[in-house]
Amino acid sequence: MSARPYITCRELIDFIADYLEGALTQRQASDFTRHLGICPSCRAYLATYEVTIRAGKEALRYDDSANEDAPEDLIQAILKIRDR
Amino acid sequence: MEEAVLVSKLRARDEKAFETLLRLYMAQLLRVARRFLKNEEDARDAVQETFVAAFRSIDRFKEGSKLSTWLHRIVVNASLMKLRSRRRHPEEEIDALLPRFAADGHQVEDSVDWKMSAEDMVQREETRELVRKSIDRLPESYRVVLLMRDIEEMSTEETAEVLGITPTAVKVRLHRARQALRTVLDKELRR
Repeated sequence: MSARPYITCRELIDFIADYLEGALTQRQASDFTRHLGICPSCRAYLATYEVTIRAGKEALRYDDSANEDAPEDLIQAILKIRDR
Repeated sequence: MEEAVLVSKLRARDEKAFETLLRLYMAQLLRVARRFLKNEEDARDAVQETFVAAFRSIDRFKEGSKLSTWLHRIVVNASLMKLRSRRRHPEEEIDALLPRFAADGHQVEDSVDWKMSAEDMVQREETRELVRKSIDRLPESYRVVLLMRDIEEMSTEETAEVLGITPTAVKVRLHRARQALRTVLDKELRR
């Protein structure tokens, strides 16, 4: 098995989304982790790709935690349209 | 009021039930519309269209579904319609924001870890703003897929159906959008 050539950084990066979704075959997953074992640059790429997903999700949803009331003027405007 | 009761009152065209629906879901739907649309007036219009459409088509609301999920789908559609009507310029290319590789498949520029974790980034207003602005810089067809999949947590299949593209195209766009966002953030955050 170790006689198989290592996948390249390009192939690893192409696989990242499927890797994170658990959508790689066993052989692809093993090629993926084998490359990570020898490539600090791809380890950093994977780590920062994951931070990107989490930071995007949390930064955009952060405002959601504020308990903002529904704007009364918009509620009234929509009720008026309904009345027509 | 229980959801089933609210739905049956909405079906009976009960005015009070409509107002209850507005008050229950308005803030939540406005937040979704604001994530897609950069201008407040457009976001409010999309929400208005959502409630009017919901009230008109309440008879098509399926038993056993959740009102919040149904309304979410309508507001995403309304926001996308609004985006399409506003689109004036040809979309920017994303290629410049994707990683570059040498002929042997290695990364041209080595990747390094960032000086902040995702938690640290979200704690600071400055980095939250950086992330939001970086998402806004993405070409629109990629930004929309990133929003639908990663932020609104819609499935690949649902995103594909709403956008009228294949699930494979959704996967490709999502991966490229994340890579491009990573590239933009990397400029600010590399150690």
